[in-house]
Formats: sequence, C-alpha cells, structure tokens
Amino acid sequence: MNHIALKMLMGDKGKYLGIVMGLTFASLIMTQQPAIFLGIMSRTYSFIADVGLPDIWVMDPKVQFVDDIKPLQDTELYRVRGISGVQWAMPMYKGLLKARLTDGRFQTCNVVGLDDATLIGGPPVMLEGKIDDLRRSDSVIVDIDGARDKLGKPSPTVGGKPTPLKIGDSLELNDRRAIVVGIAKVSRTFQSQPVVYTTYSRAKSYAPRERKLLSFVLVKAKKGQDLAELTRRIHETTGLAAYTQAEFKTLTFEYFIHNTGIPINFGTSVLLGFIVGAAIAGQTFYNFTLGNLLQFGVLKAMGTSNWTLLRMILLQAVLVGSIGYGLGVGLTAVFGFAMRHTILAFKFPWQLLLFSGAGVSLICVFAAIISILKVIRLEPAIVFKG
Amino acid sequence: MNPAVRCQNVVKTYDTGGQKVTALNGINLDIAMGELMMLVGPSGCGKTTLISVIAGILDQDDGSCEVFGEDLLNMRSRDKLNFRARNIGFVFQAFNLLPSLNAAENVSVPLIINGMKRIEAERKAITILEHVGLGERWQSLPSQLSGGQQQRVAIARALVHSPRLIVCDEPTSALDHETGRNVMALLKDVALHKDRTLVIVTHDARIFDFADRIAEMDDGHIIKVKSTK
Ligand SMILES: Nc1ncnc2c1ncn2[C@@H]1O[C@H](COP(=O)(O)OP(=O)(O)O)[C@@H](O)[C@H]1O
Ligand SMILES: [Mg+2]
Repeated sequence: MNHIALKMLMGDKGKYLGIVMGLTFASLIMTQQPAIFLGIMSRTYSFIADVGLPDIWVMDPKVQFVDDIKPLQDTELYRVRGISGVQWAMPMYKGLLKARLTDGRFQTCNVVGLDDATLIGGPPVMLEGKIDDLRRSDSVIVDIDGARDKLGKPSPTVGGKPTPLKIGDSLELNDRRAIVVGIAKVSRTFQSQPVVYTTYSRAKSYAPRERKLLSFVLVKAKKGQDLAELTRRIHETTGLAAYTQAEFKTLTFEYFIHNTGIPINFGTSVLLGFIVGAAIAGQTFYNFTLGNLLQFGVLKAMGTSNWTLLRMILLQAVLVGSIGYGLGVGLTAVFGFAMRHTILAFKFPWQLLLFSGAGVSLICVFAAIISILKVIRLEPAIVFKG
Repeated sequence: MNPAVRCQNVVKTYDTGGQKVTALNGINLDIAMGELMMLVGPSGCGKTTLISVIAGILDQDDGSCEVFGEDLLNMRSRDKLNFRARNIGFVFQAFNLLPSLNAAENVSVPLIINGMKRIEAERKAITILEHVGLGERWQSLPSQLSGGQQQRVAIARALVHSPRLIVCDEPTSALDHETGRNVMALLKDVALHKDRTLVIVTHDARIFDFADRIAEMDDGHIIKVKSTK
C-alpha cells in the first residue's frame, strides 16, 4: 500500500509541488532566520573569542557584558598575580575613544590596550605588519574593516569608496599622535566600531584622565589547575568577578538576550514563518487529501483498514516533509554560503537542524492529523455517490 | 442451497438535518449463487442504498442482510473489512480508478489489500487484463483510456481477487449504447460463473436482457421480481 500512497501523492504534480514548496518555505524561514539571529548574537562575544589565550577574565562584579566597562584600579592586577594557581595575569584596557582623522572628522573607536611586555590579547590575525611593531613609539594596529571603511579617507567623488587607512598613516587620539604600524583581521563585533590595538600604557595616555583605567585582568591558570576552583578563589580573594572564557561569553550573550529586542524580533519572524508554513503546507496537504477522498473511499470499500489508510497518509506527510525540509535547509546553507563575505551575520550550528526539523515535523504531523481524521470518518458508501 | 444474499425486512432511513428520508422500506430479497440479478427502478428509489447494504459498506437500521450466510451488521469492523476484501468486487458508474496508477496497478489493488506482494499482484493483474482484452494496455493511465476501456479495467479490478459477489452501480450509464452492451457482455462472460453472483443496479433498459432475474424497485420497496428465462 506504500507504493500506492506514493503514487497517489506524486500523481498530481501541481499539488505535490505546492505542498513541498509550502514546507520548503516554512523550513527555510525556520532555519535561516535563527541562523542570522545566532550569527548576530555570536558577534556580541566575538571579542572574547578573539582574545583567546587567557583562561579567566577578571573584572568589576557589576560588569554585565563585554562592552560594559567598569574600570578597576591598577593594583588589582598585582593582587590577582599573587593568587595561587595563577600562572600569569595581564592587564587589558578596552574603551571607546574618539579618534580625530586627518581630514578633521571624529570617529569613535574601540581601543584595546595590551600588556606592554607580552602584548597578550592582541588581534587573532595580522594582515600587514607585526604585533611586535606595537613596541615602537606612538604605534597602533587597526582592524581591516575599520581601516577600509570608517577610518579611511573619504572619496573625493560622491558615493565613491574611501581610500583605506594604511601603514604609516596617522590618527589623533586625545590630541596624541597614533601611527598605524599594522592591519589586523578581527571578528566582527556587535557595535562594529573600528578596533585600534595599542599597548596598555599608551592606551592610558589616550584615555581621558581618570583614576581607574584597568578594564580586565586576563589570567592564565597553571597546568592542571581546576578553572572553577580558580575563579572562585580569585573572587573570594579580591572581591572581583572572575569568569572562564565560556562563562564570560554566556554572560554577554544572555545580557543581549534579556536586554535587547533582538530575540523578540527574530522570534516573531520564526513564529510567523512557522505559522505561515504550517498554514500553507497544512492547507495544501489537507486539500490534497480532500481531493483524493473518493480514492480513499474506494480503498476503504475494497477492505482497506483505517490503520492502513493512516499509515499511507503519514507516509505521504513524511515524504513531503523530508523533501521540503531538505530543500529548506539546503537553501539556507546556500544562502549562508553566498553571504559569507558580506557583513551579514550567519551561524548554522547542527542544533539548528534539529530545531527546524522539529518545526517541520510538527507541521507535517498537524497536516496529517487533520487529513487522517477526515479519512477515518469517511463513510465507504460515498463510493456509489455520483 | 443457501442463497448468496438474503435480505429480510431491510430498512434504511437517512437523516439529513432533521429531514428523514426512508430509502429502504422493508426489503425482502434472495439472490442465488451464480445468478445475475439486476436492480431496476426510477432514480431515488433506493437501488444504490440497497447494494451498499448488500456490499457491507452501509449499515441498515432494521432487518437483516446475510451475505454467504454471514450477517454483516453484527460483524466486528475488522472482520467486515476482511470479508469485503475477500468476497466483494465493485464496479462503479464513474469507474473510480485511481488516476495516478496505471491499469495493472489499479487492477492489483484488491490483491494488495488482501496481502499479496506487489510484483506478484501486478503479474496476476496483467493476466486478468488480458481476459478483458486490455493486455497490451497494462501500462496506460486511466486518463489515457476511453470510458469503455476504463470500465473494462474496473471489471478486471472487481474480478482479480476472485470474489464471490460483484456489485455494480450503473456500470453502463456513462457509456454509449454499444460500449455499454460490450461491457455487459464482458461482465457476463468473464465475471459470472456458478460460484459467483452479480448484482447490477441499472436503469438502462437496453441491457435488461443480460439479467437472469430483475428486481423492480419503487420508493424503497421491491414491487416485482421477474425471471427473464
Ligand atoms: N447519504 C444520503 N443522505 C441522505 N439521503 C440520501 C443519501 N443517499 C441517498 N439518499 C436518499 O435516499 C433515497 C434513495 O437514494 P438512492 O439509494 O441513491 O437511490 P437510487 O440509487 O435508486 O437513485 C433518495 O431519496 C436519496 O435522496
Ligand atoms: Mg443510484
């Protein structure tokens, strides 16, 4: 009977395509929108991931996410260094500063100050120049996206591309000269300001005069040291917050989840996609069953049980569901691939496959159930009705 | 010998939104084994309702209808399905072939319902199609066949599982005169034998001569049963 069910389904090409397209649309929306959502959300903590090397981030306990800087006193660095289990601890400055460009414009930059001696926490990939060039006086490294766009010299023609900032060019930060010695590749962050790397002590001279300027203490644990234990020890000794890299990412991620409209926006579009997809697919599938009611009636009269008819309809639903799901997920992957060099955020972890798979299954089960109810209630005597 | 079908005092009333229509009003009818019985009468007199009850796809409200000694009304629904699958063949006015199955696949459906493997069922279906003169057309879809050819496929489908009773509702009404007579001739030749009974509903007077007996109905009653012999 499975063979008959499949033939029935594919016999009417138009309707078959309609059902499959409804399900493709639903699974596309349910995969692509969350992928963009996850992409955007992963940008919230991409700075933490870029820094990479340290195991533990120490900061003011009131810090809610990575860009929420609550400076510490420099002495905290030495207190952290004194805690057992700490292999090394380095200072990091992170703050938004206004840079004056050569043409007189101002641009807010995300300035990162690295430990003068080790330069730990620097950009993940250097495109031009070397990180060590930061040891030269007045030197800074800028990220490629910033250099090309917001920090570039505006094009003389309207609408033209700006001339990128390059090695040897200079900016002014807090009336002090900064010379570009390198171009780096960094992961895109949520705020998308240009990133300017320099040393910790130079960053302090760029920053407005304040009593406290230490943003984070970056900690590497000794080999074999349990990280949970060390974060607890740091917290108990200093009263500061200490998070493992993963914890700090989660903290940041959750801050954005709870405090921005992003999840609601995407949740709404996913829900709408689900509802519209369910409506289209459910409707077309139900119509398909209604259109075939006489055929089901004939099978019933000839002695086919409700149970068999149920299995036939379920098979039809599973088949159109799988094809629609495959196409939807495939289109999402193609979309993500096509967008890989653009600023569009896109992240497609395997869990997302389960999510949209569950969504499409739900739609198919729903469509199958309403169809099955109709067929089960069907009187076989309809076969003799003209 | 027991009759193939024995209806006693069969009553069926349809209730459509408060309005009651008595379609069968005390039907008594015996149909013998190996007999071709026609049910005739004006439109709306209850012919279709009666063969639906006989074929076990509609429950009567009162009276009894035994088919091969079995009382279908009181049968468990699964047994009734099996009974229909094994013992009854159907031929419809509008053919009711499954449009996306080819002729052989359509004919094989009753065998598959009875649990036969698809390959074997289709092989058998093709031999039956040969009996009805459509051996060459086994791959054709219903839409590629004429009305008469479709009805012959439907007859093959009604026969393929060797049922003991074939019920036909207006099998020639959708066909022209000559095709209708050919289909009837085929039904009588191929389908009818001593172990099989045919009940044919019709109001097509041009085919009455194929019947062994004719039961005339009016307004839910059988008013006359006459033998053509
Ligand atoms: N499903 C139904 N619901 C309500 N009334 C019906 C139904 N089927 C048949 N009837 C009525 O029952 C009577 C007998 O119908 P039917 O058995 O189809 O007659 P025939 O086949 O002789 O034309 C008619 O009056 C018809 O309108
Ligand atoms: Mg009728």
